[in-house]
Amino acid sequence: MEAGGPDTDVVISSRVRIARNVRKYHFPCLAADDIRNRILEDMHLATGKKEEFKEFSYWPMADLSILEKQSLVEKHLISPLLAGESKHGALLLRPDEAISIMINEEDHLRIQAILPGLQLEEAWKEAGKYDDLIESEVDYAFDERYGYLTACPTNIGTGLRASLMLHLPALIITRQTGRILGALSQVGLAVRGLYGEGSEIIGNLVQVSNQVTLGQSEEEIISNLSSVISQVIEQEKNARQNLLDKKRANLADKAWRALGLLKFAQVMSSQEAIQLISDLRLGYDLGLIKTVDHKLLNELLVLIRPGCLQLMTGRELNREERNIERPARIKQALERSQ
Amino acid sequence: MLCQECRKNEATIHIIKSSDGKQTELFLCEHCAHDRDELDFSYEPKFSLHQLFAGLLNQNLFNNREASSFPGLQCPSCGLTFAQFSQVGRLGCSECFTAFEEQLKPLLRKIHAGCSHRGKIPFRIRTKVLYLREIDELKEDMQQKVLNEKFEEAAVLRDRIRQLEAQIIDTGTVKGENQ
Ligand SMILES: [Zn+2]
Ligand SMILES: [Zn+2]
Repeated sequence: MEAGGPDTDVVISSRVRIARNVRKYHFPCLAADDIRNRILEDMHLATGKKEEFKEFSYWPMADLSILEKQSLVEKHLISPLLAGESKHGALLLRPDEAISIMINEEDHLRIQAILPGLQLEEAWKEAGKYDDLIESEVDYAFDERYGYLTACPTNIGTGLRASLMLHLPALIITRQTGRILGALSQVGLAVRGLYGEGSEIIGNLVQVSNQVTLGQSEEEIISNLSSVISQVIEQEKNARQNLLDKKRANLADKAWRALGLLKFAQVMSSQEAIQLISDLRLGYDLGLIKTVDHKLLNELLVLIRPGCLQLMTGRELNREERNIERPARIKQALERSQ
Repeated sequence: MLCQECRKNEATIHIIKSSDGKQTELFLCEHCAHDRDELDFSYEPKFSLHQLFAGLLNQNLFNNREASSFPGLQCPSCGLTFAQFSQVGRLGCSECFTAFEEQLKPLLRKIHAGCSHRGKIPFRIRTKVLYLREIDELKEDMQQKVLNEKFEEAAVLRDRIRQLEAQIIDTGTVKGENQ
């Protein structure tokens, strides 16, 4: 994913995913093998007719190695569920990787747009554009009252899941997350973090998404999420300013130490790496360190993951080998950018 | 039960994690459980929503005396039984919604903002669906007028409803609509 976009100091990425099914076929979990093959053929045919899909690449899951699939999962381009579907799953991918379409995941189609920063409306427009194109060729399963029909009733209606990946170091350091994240879940938003031992959120990364998909329009869902998140962004920025006023030297020290470890450590777990990248990112966002940028930080966040690491190395690595390979790759990326 | 991570090996490890009073469950094979700290970092909720929904469903059935009264409930199109659905939380086809509608409605109300779609409509049935939405609204208005004994106004609404209904033809499109 490219860097850039609004509020990118707090919002790492915006993602919109829409679930769609073809009326005449059973949903993938119940469809027989030959039906799932027909779904693949139909989708290939439908998208093949459209000029806009010409630039897309087509990846049957059967043609990908486990490592390739794992790194696609780590880049959020496919779900673990699709990665596990080796025979009938496929991915359509736009060259910039901002649009990915999963075929035969939980639903026949999952159209996804990922953009950097806070760009939910733009992501919805992008995903909606490809939805319209496919819809002109395919009869979607749609009910007048219940909207788009999906395999899981939690997606019925709009089939829309909008989510934001947030970096909230200041709120987490100042222990305000419990209150704020609690409030988010009360207004119908789901909040997930990466939890380490205990309940510490690793890397200060939190994902927020809508839970309601029926009874609100896409625009309402997205504007609700955006307006709630803009308050979280405001609070995070205030907390950062406060920290900067009181603990400037400590924050700068933390960021520079993180950079030092990322450059010179010899063995590193992914948990440690994610935490250090977070410290470095905060230092950069506060103007305390200038030798990195968001593009590099985003790249680091992906390359430290097991699948990407092994794919870059070109062979399978066990955990110990990954912990040695990881800092080597981080060092290379840091040196390349300087 | 298969491992929820790799979907290949038998799940031998059951992880229950609670944070903020919410419980999440995970069934993993040993291999995946070992790798979990690195695999866990996924943007996609892997187990939360289905499990939550299936849980809600089971709870509802369990608390409901009528639970045993739909053992034979089954989707005529795909053959999924309601019992199977309440285990996995996933439907088999678009007809399942009609087959299980009565059972699903209270649950949809619980997890969503109501029971009727207000979002995007496929282009080819757009006008028809918009007419149907308008008819629903007019019918509500009409009933209100009747209750308030405003019969003349109600009659106007009734005529408008008939007019709209006449325009909807069975093929799913609307007379005079050019696509
Ligand atoms: Zn496993
Ligand atoms: Zn069915």
